[in-house]
Amino acid sequence: MKLKNIIADLKVYSRNYMRSTTAIFFVFIFPLILMLLFGSIFSGSSSSAVPLYVQNMDSSGNMSNTFINTLNSTHFVDITMIPDNVNIQTYISQHSITAALVIPANFTSSYLQGKQVNLIYYNNPAVSTSSVAQQAISVTVQLFNSHFAQKNQTIALVSASVTTHAANYIDFLIPGLIGLVILTSPMFSMTYIVSSYKKDKIFRQLSLTPLTKSEWFLSKFIWYLIISALSAIMIITVGVLLFHSSLSLSLYMIPFLVVGVFMFTSLGVLAGSISRSEESASVIGNIITFPMMFLSGTFFPIAIMPGWLQSVAHVLPLYYIIDGLNSVTIYSNYRSALLDLVVSIAVAAVIFALTVLKFSWKEQ
Amino acid sequence: MKPEPAISASEVHKSYGSIKAVNGISFEVLKGEVYSFLGPNGAGKTTTVEMLEGIRKPDSGAITVFDEEPWVSASKLRNRVGIMPQDFRFIERITPKEAIRYYCTLFGVPDKSGQLLDLVELTEVEDVYFQNLSGGQKQKVGICLALVNDPELVFLDEPTTGLDPKARRKIWELIRKLKKEGRTVILTTHYLEEAQMLADRVAIMDHGKIIIEGSPSDIIKKMGKGRKLVLQYSDSLYAYLKEELKLDCSRSGESINVSVHSNQDVLRVLEFADRNNIELTSFSLNEDTLEDIFVDLISEQEESQ
Ligand SMILES: Nc1ncnc2c1ncn2[C@@H]1O[C@H](COP(=O)(O)OP(=O)(O)OP(=O)(O)O)[C@@H](O)[C@H]1O
Ligand SMILES: [Mg+2]
Repeated sequence: MKLKNIIADLKVYSRNYMRSTTAIFFVFIFPLILMLLFGSIFSGSSSSAVPLYVQNMDSSGNMSNTFINTLNSTHFVDITMIPDNVNIQTYISQHSITAALVIPANFTSSYLQGKQVNLIYYNNPAVSTSSVAQQAISVTVQLFNSHFAQKNQTIALVSASVTTHAANYIDFLIPGLIGLVILTSPMFSMTYIVSSYKKDKIFRQLSLTPLTKSEWFLSKFIWYLIISALSAIMIITVGVLLFHSSLSLSLYMIPFLVVGVFMFTSLGVLAGSISRSEESASVIGNIITFPMMFLSGTFFPIAIMPGWLQSVAHVLPLYYIIDGLNSVTIYSNYRSALLDLVVSIAVAAVIFALTVLKFSWKEQ
Repeated sequence: MKPEPAISASEVHKSYGSIKAVNGISFEVLKGEVYSFLGPNGAGKTTTVEMLEGIRKPDSGAITVFDEEPWVSASKLRNRVGIMPQDFRFIERITPKEAIRYYCTLFGVPDKSGQLLDLVELTEVEDVYFQNLSGGQKQKVGICLALVNDPELVFLDEPTTGLDPKARRKIWELIRKLKKEGRTVILTTHYLEEAQMLADRVAIMDHGKIIIEGSPSDIIKKMGKGRKLVLQYSDSLYAYLKEELKLDCSRSGESINVSVHSNQDVLRVLEFADRNNIELTSFSLNEDTLEDIFVDLISEQEESQ
């Protein structure tokens, strides 16, 4: 492996790349158009019910269930139940939850006996939706306290703060668009390049020089890393300046960028290698790329998709890249990010191994 | 002292599925020779050359280039061999100058783009993207890239096909220069006069076999039908040639073709014309060219099929 060869190839490839307006369009203009489009359509529209997670440790008690039903009937909150056997703090951070209420095990018995009982409300005060949930809970608590006309407050609401904050749509869109660039910029050009180099026998031509296949691959990887990083910087800048995204920038985005670009550069080479013509390469490339483009949480969090589609998302490699980027930029949830990274590395390794197997410069 | 062979091949076979592209050929190319492969389309020339270059694997048979097996040791031979493939293509939006510089860096030689572009007269379009070059200009870039590493052995697969007459002459000059510098050149061409002029030895291929091999003059001597006189038709002249001189002659349209055996025959024709006041307006003496022999050989092959 010679650095001189990699640089020479990078120079030639980048020139060839920058001279193509379509390539530039897809990396720099297209994500911007999407951001302007989706950003203006969906920004600021928040649904009326805010999400609230409830862990009921007193699930057999009828009062706790009545409490939850009452809370639900306020229509201010959209309740999701947390199993009673999990550690609430871990669960909150793993699921990037901004508002959660814990009902203790002795809720029904204490309430009926008129003994004080504490509800714990985990929330991020910086997040506007969490105060909506808090108000809904307070109203319900007052209702319960007054209903039994006890002199003293039987139910008390105790707040605990969590660091997770609720994201705006734009905060989701930015990592999604970065993921989109990581996917499309190497995928589209590599499938095309590999199949057309094969057809025009340019690989054969290169095989007659001291340039090796790995040097060639590495130079492509470096190039798409540069291009994707620039595009990501552009996307973030526009998102912050134009849409006031409050996304937290983190150096932990870099591993996802690197692994993602590596994965899709390999996948592009693989798709180009296994196809017999330029036409079939573009078909194979599109079959791989398009579902991933829409189903990996690129434009919307996958949570809004129906369950079966969510399962589909979980087998798409891009999902783990975008989920990881979301985890580090929106939720600062490094445990989940690490898991995403591990999955991504494993998938990238498998794809790369297949690429090594199938990518050949020689004909027999 | 017999010069060493640069290439030797024996009983080489290569099939694509059911097509026997190369069907058992053996030959040797000596160092410093210009060796030319001739043959109709699909004869197996490119396939043969590609096996010598190490970019195609022979099904069976032995090939050595500088005592190495090209398919196995392609990387060892890379610095000694220059290759211009048939239908050379390159990266779309890269200029000839950039392409040559790229190759110079890869081969670790100083930038010789100026010199090479000059050699094939490409300087004018050195900054035009490859995709916008004309067919002939593209081919010239291929020749330049083949010469970047100062190769001892140069493969040129149809370097002059599609070039204008002036450009072809330029390439001939280049091939002569390469030979003068002591390089070995493998030249594939469809222009027989080109091979006759440039090649030390030629191999005429058909259906994957070498049907004849040797120096152009030897082949002409061996396969040619001697000298041929072509002159305009007249009854008396035709009768004289046929009856008196007993020469093998035939009429085609307004001219007579006669195979002559000696200068005497030629003189007698002129004397006869002079005596009988026949005004000769056309008179030419030719030897069979390589092309005549080629056409005969190939049509014979076809008949025997
Ligand atoms: N990659 C390939 N796959 C299948 N068949 C091939 C391939 N390359 C060549 N052939 C076949 O092998 C035969 C010899 O082809 P080759 O290219 O060696 O001929 P050639 O003598 O160079 O012809 P030309 O003068 O037209 O360049 C032809 O019948 C051709 O169709
Ligand atoms: Mg050919």
